[in-house]
Amino acid sequence: MRAVVKAPYLQRSPMPGFGLSAGITLTMLSLVVLLPIAALLVKGAVAGPLALIATVNTPRTWAALFLSFRLALFAALFNLVFGVLLAWVLVRYRFPFRKLLDAAVDLPFALPTAVAGIALTALYAPNGPFGSIAKEMGFKIAYTQWGILIALIFVGLPFVTRTVQPVIEEIEREVEEASATLGAHRAYTIRKVILPMLAPAALTGFALALARAVGEYGSVIFIAGNIPFKSEIAPLLIVIKLEEFNDAGAAAIGIAMLILSFGMLLVINAVQVHSRRRMGHV
Amino acid sequence: MLTTPPIAATITAQGTRPHRPNAACTLTLTPLHSVTRPPLPRLFRSAIAGLALAFALTGAPLHAQAETLLNVSYDPTRELYEDIDKAFADWWTAQGNPAPSLQASHGGSGSQARAVIEGLDAQVVTLALSADIDKIAQTGKLAADWQNKLPHNSSPYTSTIVFLVRHGNPKGIKDWGDLVQDGVEVVTPNPKTSGGARWNYLAAWAWAEKNGKDPKEFVKALYGHVPVLDKGARDSTTTFTQREIGDVLLAWENEAFLAQKELGADKLDIVVPSISVLAEPPVAVVDANIHNEDQKKLAEAYLNFLYTPEAQAIIFKDFYRGWDTSKADPTDVARFPKLELVDIAHFGGWDKVQKDHFADGGVFDQIYTVK
Repeated sequence: MRAVVKAPYLQRSPMPGFGLSAGITLTMLSLVVLLPIAALLVKGAVAGPLALIATVNTPRTWAALFLSFRLALFAALFNLVFGVLLAWVLVRYRFPFRKLLDAAVDLPFALPTAVAGIALTALYAPNGPFGSIAKEMGFKIAYTQWGILIALIFVGLPFVTRTVQPVIEEIEREVEEASATLGAHRAYTIRKVILPMLAPAALTGFALALARAVGEYGSVIFIAGNIPFKSEIAPLLIVIKLEEFNDAGAAAIGIAMLILSFGMLLVINAVQVHSRRRMGHV
Repeated sequence: MLTTPPIAATITAQGTRPHRPNAACTLTLTPLHSVTRPPLPRLFRSAIAGLALAFALTGAPLHAQAETLLNVSYDPTRELYEDIDKAFADWWTAQGNPAPSLQASHGGSGSQARAVIEGLDAQVVTLALSADIDKIAQTGKLAADWQNKLPHNSSPYTSTIVFLVRHGNPKGIKDWGDLVQDGVEVVTPNPKTSGGARWNYLAAWAWAEKNGKDPKEFVKALYGHVPVLDKGARDSTTTFTQREIGDVLLAWENEAFLAQKELGADKLDIVVPSISVLAEPPVAVVDANIHNEDQKKLAEAYLNFLYTPEAQAIIFKDFYRGWDTSKADPTDVARFPKLELVDIAHFGGWDKVQKDHFADGGVFDQIYTVK
């Protein structure tokens, strides 16, 4: 039946308590998220758009931004593949120490990023256990872009695994069995049945991992060489501007990162909406 | 596509009049969203209630207590102020005062200054560069002539920059010129974020000037040999000693001695170059952060204590160059080599150095170009 409902724009909800809960939510959200971002934008607005563009539009800033976003993207892609695989293994198979491994996935969240950075540097520096192997093979990991990539993979890993895990738990085996009885090969079942179901959650995890990696500072700073044009990340440039007491410059790079991140998340959201639509109503 | 959401019955039952004739479109797209919006004034009142609740939860800020002292210092002074604080607390209580609560915070000199400017409640600052305390003075937290208040430009100790090399000095490093030889890797922090690193840079500059080289070309060549630019002096020491990166560490003299003491003289050698800088890390009371008379007395006593023979002896023991050797252990004094030192006035003062070399687009930015 088709009918146009004449509904008021504002209406009392049948559910009580919305006003108070919305008030608390908005206040908290303002204090914690919206106000800092507004302060950043105000700082930028005070300096004026031309000054902002002049700060960002230097070869060194572009190099750092390009490095940060490129490596964050690679790290998130890596986490997308291996995070889904890890979630699959943890849910579908039973093996000794599974629970322990499951708990360990969260460690990158729990560990202070500086600790992670120092630990990774110790492992991958030329005198570390892994770094020395790399050295014999003739390349360096710590203090190069490889080191940054490893740190970003580390901090982003739990996002994909933890978003995909509950979805895999929900998938009923009957669906796969039905697919098999209808004559589908395993690969076909995975491609046409399993992956489409995982895609929305995996994309959410991918977006989270990407966003986290773009802004990561604490762990990267120890393992990156911080050499301009080679291994200098954009967040470090912000810190450098701050130490020069150049708040407007720091705000400019901050705003540039905000815009780029927002654009990326928007694209990911669009892809997600698309994949949801293809799946019907998930 | 328009459909009738099941919740419509409830809406009409409540009897609220529609304010917008085309609201049906909104309703169909996100049904729950539209119908759960209460009238704005009510939302506003609730928001205020939420705000009040949120503030009640965070609680009132604690009132600062008397007889506490926060010393905001730079990176390599951790050990020094640990020792000084112990000695000062003993001395202060021996004068008939209640035991003070002394706290210290360490980090890159520039970021520490920034923290104080942004409200860190430091009663005294003991930083690496007078320029950093000047920055705090510009906000009015202390008088512009702060540097005249204590002896020796308010610097109770000085230090210099030396080279730390692997044991036996395998690359044969003797002076600044050797640092730009092929295959030599130099570890130094980023001058943008580290006070000590600015001294490193200036020392290299002074050597090039004195030896008839183009200083800018020389520092450019020098930083081309730097594989890792850490954020602070202590980070660079870790990179050099623990990660074994590089052949030479440009280090604070005290940091070099400390590293040698920690790791053993059979691991690292100190090389003293022909010329270096006279770094005068200054100290000052931050007047705006003094909350009462007792605290003022404590803060002033604390800084004056640094100039006493007892404190100077500790300063020598912790590898800084003090002024008063009367109570110091002669072996502590004797280990400091004599070398030609140039001070900041030689470069035209911090204001000029900061502007020409380390500001945005300054010489240091220019030496890093696209490869």
